[in-house]
Order: sequence, then structure tokens, then C-alpha cells
Amino acid sequence: MTQLALVIDLNVCVGCHACVTSCKEWNTSGWAGPMTDQRPYGEDPTGTFFNRVQTYEAGVFPHTETYHFPKSCLHCEDPPCVPVCPTGASYKREDNGVVLVDYDKCIGCKYCSWACPYGAREIDEKQRVMKKCTLCIDRITDMSLPESERKPACVLACPTSARLFGDVHDSDSEVSVAIREQGGYALQPEWGTKPANHYLPRRKTRIQIHEDELVRADNPLKKEQLPSLPEGGETLDDVAW
Amino acid sequence: MHPAFSVIFLTTLIGVGQGLFLALFTGQLYALANLLPAQTDLFYAQGSMIALMLLIGGLVASVFHLGRPERAWRAATQWRTSWLSREVIVLPAAMLFTAVYGLLHYFGWTQPLFVISQTLPVDATLIVGALGTLATFLLFLCTAMIYASLRFIKAWHSPLTVANFLFLGIASGFMLAAALSAYNSSSLVVFYGTWAVVATLLGAITRGASLYRNSDFRCKISMQSAIGVHHAKLHQKAQGFMGGAFNTREFFHGKSDALLQMLRYGFLLMVFILPVLLILLAYLLESSRLPIAAFLIQYAGLVIERYYFFTEAKHPQNLYYQSMA
Repeated sequence: MTQLALVIDLNVCVGCHACVTSCKEWNTSGWAGPMTDQRPYGEDPTGTFFNRVQTYEAGVFPHTETYHFPKSCLHCEDPPCVPVCPTGASYKREDNGVVLVDYDKCIGCKYCSWACPYGAREIDEKQRVMKKCTLCIDRITDMSLPESERKPACVLACPTSARLFGDVHDSDSEVSVAIREQGGYALQPEWGTKPANHYLPRRKTRIQIHEDELVRADNPLKKEQLPSLPEGGETLDDVAW
Repeated sequence: MHPAFSVIFLTTLIGVGQGLFLALFTGQLYALANLLPAQTDLFYAQGSMIALMLLIGGLVASVFHLGRPERAWRAATQWRTSWLSREVIVLPAAMLFTAVYGLLHYFGWTQPLFVISQTLPVDATLIVGALGTLATFLLFLCTAMIYASLRFIKAWHSPLTVANFLFLGIASGFMLAAALSAYNSSSLVVFYGTWAVVATLLGAITRGASLYRNSDFRCKISMQSAIGVHHAKLHQKAQGFMGGAFNTREFFHGKSDALLQMLRYGFLLMVFILPVLLILLAYLLESSRLPIAAFLIQYAGLVIERYYFFTEAKHPQNLYYQSMA
């Protein structure tokens, strides 16, 4: 079975929000739209977003590190939001594992948002139905697009290639290799929801080196320690090996 | 969680309606066993009508919770997995049985259909009442399980939630039955009042237990696990937006601890202590007004209790919305 997912590399993400804006741009004008805003230029703007980039700081100044953390639906393999839906509007696609909402069936009871521990679902104030990341289902399944463009808008927009997209059930896919080899992890694994999206951690390249390894104590070429040269200068035997 | 008044009124109103129906049918059973004087059919009809009105009131309140109420019929389709869907099926069933029970009494169709063991005459109201009782208990279960089944919300994920909905609904329903009996100067005030006090005390035990359980609340998930950065000193700098969002509105109540403490003491007083004292006083003074006051105070207290129930719930998604720089 295919399970499409995103793998987000926190080592590379610079927090530019390009994925946020490209997500909104693509989806507000497509199948999942409109993603309306309320008071966009007012004092308290709000609106529908499928993707956000948050920022966290670890440590205490000056020893701090900033983490930019893109946050969207994780397309859980065991999604808690789907069975609670009273109308069947929430469903997980059999063929590719994407969790979607049928806007024509949703009654906007918000129960799915209560059941999602990640806060991935929200109500669209205009359409009054629940919405969430679709993994750009209208893009990735559009066979009229060249294969290189059959990817979510956020993945295509990311300037640092921090977002990978692929099938996490295919062990040879780019995302599976990245998860396996670069320490990919799931969010809130304690619940057993098995999120399909994974995150790659910060990675430091450090070598273990000790002080005495920097100074060579037993340098055989040290001049003072060289055996005294035979009289008459070096012979061919002295330098040949 | 942000308390939703539509849901607060839904759960409290149908709780009273269900409890009142159970009270009426309990009274009929006691009368059948000659433990109580038989009541007029009009008493049952009037009571069922009020219970039905309360159930309809709850249903109307719930409509305000929906974004698309015109499609609400679809909510009956996923009864295999969703407790909300099960409630949507059982609530109309309970309304139907309550209405039929009342109509049967109103039209006096209480001639025995058959007699069991030559002692128990079974009429249509008995059968419909039994079915209604079943639907009522199922409805208590469905309503409570909507909350108790959410395993991420620790404050709700407990059998105590079911017990609270059950006992508090029954308590308020019997309290209303006592108030109605008092209003009608019926002799059933003591009977209903006693059972209302018993249910209230049972509710006090389970609600007290759930308050105690939730007082030492620790979320299973930390921010470290939420974003997967295992640093002891981790804090949020930005949420990704400067205004509000659904995530910051739906899952935060934004009330101060002092207010919550006041609400807690308020509902403990109004749901449990005052009604029991008023019923005792009514028994001693043989007053016909005090049971009505007891019911009204208890219902107002239940609205506060349900409000507090929402503020008790801490949603794990709040870990992602801790601070805004």
C-alpha cells in the first residue's frame, strides 16, 4: 500500500514561510479552496491555513539554537480524526493514504478537530466546513502534469529543499531513505497515531579529537631526534626508504 | 477547550429530559407494584410533554454548534465508529418513545394488552416506556462517550465522565419531577425528591472523583515530544501568525484560575449542596415551592458544571500555541 507523506528537514529549514504562502496560493484557487481570510487588513486578521511555520528556541541566551518548525496535517496511518466523523466526510484514501475531507458531506461539527492531537484541522469560517492539508491531492494525482511537478506546492516552493515528498511505505524511496539514514522521527509518537509525515532532526558534524592528538609527540622526522648522519653525508641507502 | 454554549445547553437540557422520562416511568412502575398511589394519565402526559420539549430544546441548541445544519441528517451514517453519530440516532429514538409514551397516556390507551402470571397487566405504555428507558440510558452513554472516547483529552477520557452524565442527568430529571409534583400538589414529591437526592449524592461522588482526578493534571505529551527537539530548555518564539487562528480560539478558554475556582465552588454549591438542602427543607416544611427552587438552582448549576467541564479539558494541540513573540 502506498502512503504518501512529507519529510521535513529541520536541519535545512530557514523559516522563510515560502511553503505557507505557496500552499495558500495553490489551494485557495483549487479544489480545496477558497481558503478565506477574515479582516485580512484589520487589527485582528485570521483565516484558513493548511500549513504554518512556527519558531522555537532551545537553550538560554547566548547558547541558543533556533528551530523553524513547519506544521501541517501529518496524514496519520491510524488517523484519530477519521473514525469520529459522524457523516463520513473525513476519510483516508485507500490508494495513497492521504487524509481528506469531503466538503459536500461535512457538517462543520468540529469533532474531528477535538480528536486530532496535532491541531491540524480547522473550520473555514466562510464555507463552514472543516479543512486541512490535502497534500495538494489535485496536483499529485494530476496525470496531465509532468512527473517533476506532481508534488505538493510547498515542496516545489521550498528554496532550501527542506521538504521531501514521497511514499514512506516504499523502502527505496527518497523519503524512506532520508527517514532511515538521517534519523527521521514522528511527532507525539506516544499516541500511536503513526503519523506518515516525518521530521529530520538537526544534525551536527563533530569529530571526537583530544588535545594530544593535535600535537604529535613522537614525530620521527624531528631534527633533534634523527640519528646522527654518517660521515660523508647521506648515502643512497639513507633516503631510499 | 473553549466552552461551547450550544453543547452545554444540549447536554444539560437532554439530561433533564431523559431524567424526567425515567422519573415518570419509575413512578408508573412503582404504582403498578402498588408502592405508590396511581397517578392520572394526564400527569404522565404532561410530564412526557415537558420531557419532549426539553429533548427538542437540546436538539435545537445543538444545531447552533454546526456549521452546516442543513446536512445534519448525514450525521446518522457513521454509527459503526462515531459516538456522535450514535447520539444522532438515539436522540430522535428517545424523543419518539417519549412522545408516544405521553400520547398513549393522553388518549388513555392504557387497557392491558395481556396479563403476565395473572398479576402483571401489560399495557402499551409499559412496553413503550421500557423501550424509552432503554433509549434514554443509551443516550446517556452516547452523549458521555463523545467526550470520554477522546483519548488525547485526559480530563474526559475516563468512565467517570459517563457516570457524571448519567447521575447528573437523572438527578436533574427527578428534581424536575419533584418540582412538577409539588406544582401539581401531587403526593409524589417525597418519592421523586428522595430519588433526586440519591442521584445527586451519587453524582457528587463521581463528579468529586473526576475533579480530584483532574486536579493533578499532567499532559502525557511535552513540547519536546510535540516538535521532537529534546532540549530541556525549549520555548516557543512564534506561532506562525500574529493574529488569531482556529487553533488559538477553539482550544483555549482564556479564563483566569480565580474565575475557574469560583465556578467550581459555584457549581458544587448549586448542583449538590443547595438542592439537597432545599429538598430536605421542603420535606420538613411540606413546602410546594422549594422543590421548584431546588430544580431551578440545580439546572443553573449544571450549566456552570458543563462549562467547567470544558475548561477542565487540556488539548495536546495547545503545546504548539504556548507563546507569541
